[in-house]
Amino acid sequence: MSSIGTGYDLSVTTFSPDGRVFQIEYATKAVDNSGTVVGIKCKDGVVLGVEKLIPSKMLLEGSNRRIHAVHKHAGMAVAGLAADGRQIVARARSEASQYLSFYGEDIPIKELCDRVARYVHLCTLYWWLRPFGSATILGGYDRDGPQLYMIEPSGVAYRYFGAAIGKGRQAAKTAIEKLKLSEMTCREGIIAVAKIIYEVHDEAKDKAFELELSWVCDESNKQHQRVPADLLEEAKAAAKAAKDALDEDEGMDAD
Amino acid sequence: MDAPHSMGTTIIGMEYAEGVILGADSRTTTGLYVANRASDKITQLTDNVYVCRSGSAADSQVVSDYVRYFLNQHTIQIGKAASVKTAATLVRELSYQNKSFLETGLIVAGWDTHEGGSVYGVPLGGTMLRLPFATGGSGCSYLYGFLDQAWQPNMSREDAEKLVVKAIALAIARDGASGGVVRTINVNAYGVERNFYAGDQLPLFYDELAPRPTLIHF
Repeated sequence: MSSIGTGYDLSVTTFSPDGRVFQIEYATKAVDNSGTVVGIKCKDGVVLGVEKLIPSKMLLEGSNRRIHAVHKHAGMAVAGLAADGRQIVARARSEASQYLSFYGEDIPIKELCDRVARYVHLCTLYWWLRPFGSATILGGYDRDGPQLYMIEPSGVAYRYFGAAIGKGRQAAKTAIEKLKLSEMTCREGIIAVAKIIYEVHDEAKDKAFELELSWVCDESNKQHQRVPADLLEEAKAAAKAAKDALDEDEGMDAD
Repeated sequence: MDAPHSMGTTIIGMEYAEGVILGADSRTTTGLYVANRASDKITQLTDNVYVCRSGSAADSQVVSDYVRYFLNQHTIQIGKAASVKTAATLVRELSYQNKSFLETGLIVAGWDTHEGGSVYGVPLGGTMLRLPFATGGSGCSYLYGFLDQAWQPNMSREDAEKLVVKAIALAIARDGASGGVVRTINVNAYGVERNFYAGDQLPLFYDELAPRPTLIHF
């Protein structure tokens, strides 16, 4: 769906004759070209996973993190322009911390999502600002249980069982739909997310990537944290094995 | 007539098995003159949270009004009843940030689904402390020892109500700035109930005389 606005796309404060704001759509393209980010809500928590593409061998492993802690009970995974994403996370952290100061309780995840979405949307209303070129998947656990939200550059935010953004989102969404999320625990969920990310990673187009996984679930005491190292290795191994099996099945056509 | 009105006051908030009881006297004074002998010092903040006011009548009313306004918005935004802790935090925030302008001690109490009944004392200066029972106002000095001995956890509604009424009556007996009637509010999972105890329903102590028919007939 690539169409050029020609004249109606020069400013975020201009509508096209068919009611579109092209600048926001172009911002979404920045998200679509980034590494895949996946989030799923299992029965006991939320798992976030990122295909962090590594542009250079000189980069230290574990740097340029794409999953950020927002508050004790919530985390955000970012896709699109990294600097824009950092700003959104900073805002989310500030909202969560101010809410706690003012109301004496941890911010409900729905409320946090509403506030971040409002902020993202705000930046699409003025000609002197540009829209954020990143989308974020917010996972959290509050009194209403685990919840997963996605906030797009337009400022729209929905609640999801499973969400995917970035290059491999179509394939990832198909894979997520096959999962029985309501019966899955987060332990099983991290394996599933790892497998999906390895599966959608395009070896030909992109060279190396690093898998980032985080969760917030009963097992992590309802706190958002990076998946413990041993479980991360387990997930990577399972995902690699699944990918190799898949490659074998597809086979080399030479024989 | 226009001098600042103070509520000498005795106020109490108390947890019992199923919820909380809030109690207060009804005397509002300007100096030595009793401006209102039947005031209502227990004010509603939300359906499930009430506040007892003491100190400057104006200050406590304005703080309550602001908090009611904030809580109303907050309830709409989060889509469910606010917790007692949130109400108390808002009261504290106003009290603390404006401490040089305000002179009011408040007791925030109510019932919510997370903690059941809870009582928070927010005295002058803006401390916030959750307590099983809290007292405030000029009459509270006379109640510390009494309540330390008399309060038990998990009382029944009747026992808790009797205790609150007795405590306020004791304070009224000794504190010149407290008097009038005793008003109570009971908040629990099932709702809110107001009660009113006029002078003749209050217990008498030690050397107080029971009202007798007078020998003087008109």
